[in-house]
Amino acid sequence: MTSGATTPRTTSGSGLPAEAGFVVAALAVLVVAAAASLFVGVSAVSPRGLIEGDDHQWRVFWESRIPRLAAILLAGSAMSVAGLIMQSLVRNRFVAPSTAGTVEAASLGLLIATVWFGSTSVIGKMVIAVAFALLGTAFFLSLVQRLRFADIVLVPLAGIVFGGVIQAATTFFAFQWDLLQSLNAWTQGDFSGTLRGRYELLYVVGALMLVGYLYADRFTLVGMGREFAMNLGVRYERVLYGGLALAATITAVVVVVVGAIPFIGLIVPNLVTMALGDHLRRVLPATAIGGALFVLLCDILSRTIRYPYEVPVGTVVSVLGGVIFVVLILRSRVGAR
Amino acid sequence: MLAEAAAVRGIAQRDGFDARRPRFALLALTGVFVALAVLFMTYDLKGSLSYALEFRARKLGGLALVGFAVAYSSVLFHTVTHNRILTPSLMGFDALYQLIQTSAAFFFGTFAVLQLDERIRFGIEIAIMLAFATVLYRTLFGRDDRDLYVLVLVGIVMGLMFSSLTSLVSRLIDPNEFIALQDRLFADFSRINQDLLVVSSAIILAVVAVSWRLLPRLDVVALGREHSTNLGVDHQRIVNEVLVVIALLVSVSTALVGPVTFLGLLVANLSYQVTGTFRHRYTVPAAVLLGMSALIGGQFILQEVLASSTRLSVVVSFVGGLYFIALLWREARTARA
Repeated sequence: MTSGATTPRTTSGSGLPAEAGFVVAALAVLVVAAAASLFVGVSAVSPRGLIEGDDHQWRVFWESRIPRLAAILLAGSAMSVAGLIMQSLVRNRFVAPSTAGTVEAASLGLLIATVWFGSTSVIGKMVIAVAFALLGTAFFLSLVQRLRFADIVLVPLAGIVFGGVIQAATTFFAFQWDLLQSLNAWTQGDFSGTLRGRYELLYVVGALMLVGYLYADRFTLVGMGREFAMNLGVRYERVLYGGLALAATITAVVVVVVGAIPFIGLIVPNLVTMALGDHLRRVLPATAIGGALFVLLCDILSRTIRYPYEVPVGTVVSVLGGVIFVVLILRSRVGAR
Repeated sequence: MLAEAAAVRGIAQRDGFDARRPRFALLALTGVFVALAVLFMTYDLKGSLSYALEFRARKLGGLALVGFAVAYSSVLFHTVTHNRILTPSLMGFDALYQLIQTSAAFFFGTFAVLQLDERIRFGIEIAIMLAFATVLYRTLFGRDDRDLYVLVLVGIVMGLMFSSLTSLVSRLIDPNEFIALQDRLFADFSRINQDLLVVSSAIILAVVAVSWRLLPRLDVVALGREHSTNLGVDHQRIVNEVLVVIALLVSVSTALVGPVTFLGLLVANLSYQVTGTFRHRYTVPAAVLLGMSALIGGQFILQEVLASSTRLSVVVSFVGGLYFIALLWREARTARA
């Protein structure tokens, strides 16, 4: 990751820009890690077995390993991009799906959908979870806009507590409906149940990421404030709400399919923009690759740390993510002084 | 000279402390507490009287001890950190205690931990807790220029991180062994850890006996380091003593029922409002009465009125979270308006 950071930034013209160096380096690591991850797991799958045409190994490979890898890459990159978009729209580096109540709202929606529709209709679950995530994010936005002199740290603080309140309500209902165990399973992101036929919904977030890339420059302008954006002919409200809706939808779909992966939308964009600067459209691909890589490495760790059992990847991510987050907060104030 | 003295005396009289309001508040709160306790003990008694009374008395004792410990430690923490928002549980102290418990089981083996005498185990855990809490406090509050919101955010994130670390460590313990451990380590309001009731009562009595004489000096400590040093109070020493008290109380309440995040914040601030003073002789008892009444009343309403098996801690974090957001809101307006 550092190789991109140390490359001096060059303006267009001579040589490669820093982003390109970073993207190439990260992509190389990602490919190696992805290939390795296909052969990590309880059921023995080895390159030699696949070449020899072992039926059982091929089945595990197609039914479990490939879907798992695809889900990790999609969820990790999409959550990071969602975080990046939110940060640039709200103009606060500490705003992400997990510090704005979005994740918790989506979980509440998932719970209610399960009660209403049973566990069969994935589309129904997704629609309701998305609706709740949108509502939760909208409420958070109005909260932030009311705090006129919002402190950079106060905004995520209010968001985290707001998420905690929603979570308490969710736990309450889950308790009443005897769904507490299922709730715990959803809220802890986990890829061990990812099989062919159960993760394809995630391709939606891949498409949404592309939309985010196309609109990246407009998000940047909106982040510069209402007046500025309007002067340059951007429809401020439409782009602001559209961008947040995009992030909320990505979050809700990921929560429905694999569960919550905390802090990822917060730390990956921060680390990437620290290395590469704030140009949204340029850092977006790097953020996507960085997020995928981070989640992939955490997932490999969670598969091996307690072999043959698996630890939910959400737990590993939130321990690492928490440490990085604390360092970022403490650094932010030192830098400001 | 004389006129000046008279003027000073006049100001002193005009600003003279009127003890009627806090005294009345304490009396009223005592009344509420006694009424709730009696109601809790006698409401809808059925079957074997002695059994029911004994069962309820133990539950009542547990609730009262937790309410006491949380309220007492929160008011003291507010004083030594010079703000009205931070509480030990918001700084992640109770999550830290659970992490210590779980890590002990992981490193020394479940069997060793279960066989150890409850009192010795508790003692060791408190000692480790104290060491960590002191380090945490020193690094975060050692410098005066730390921003309040930064501290709260760091605290909350560390709390989240400690609890994910706890669940990570508990996953690393053999699943079969962990089940044996779970009942012992993760208590909540519906199954209060009965073995610890006697030890906890003894600790709380000792804490009160030792720290009661500190309370008037805490009024001075609340003025800040310079002022209290000028007034002849050894700021550093008192803060150290208070930290010991807080670590003991947090360990007691967490060992009994697990983390209750917003209770301390709620009752401490209510007690300042109700008593209308910042004198610890009044605010501490008032907060303690409020804390005990809130838990007993809350449990009673959940159990008898709503006939719900929901955990009380869920309701506390819902109500307390809303209160916290309101507090942040007001604080942000007054601080920056």
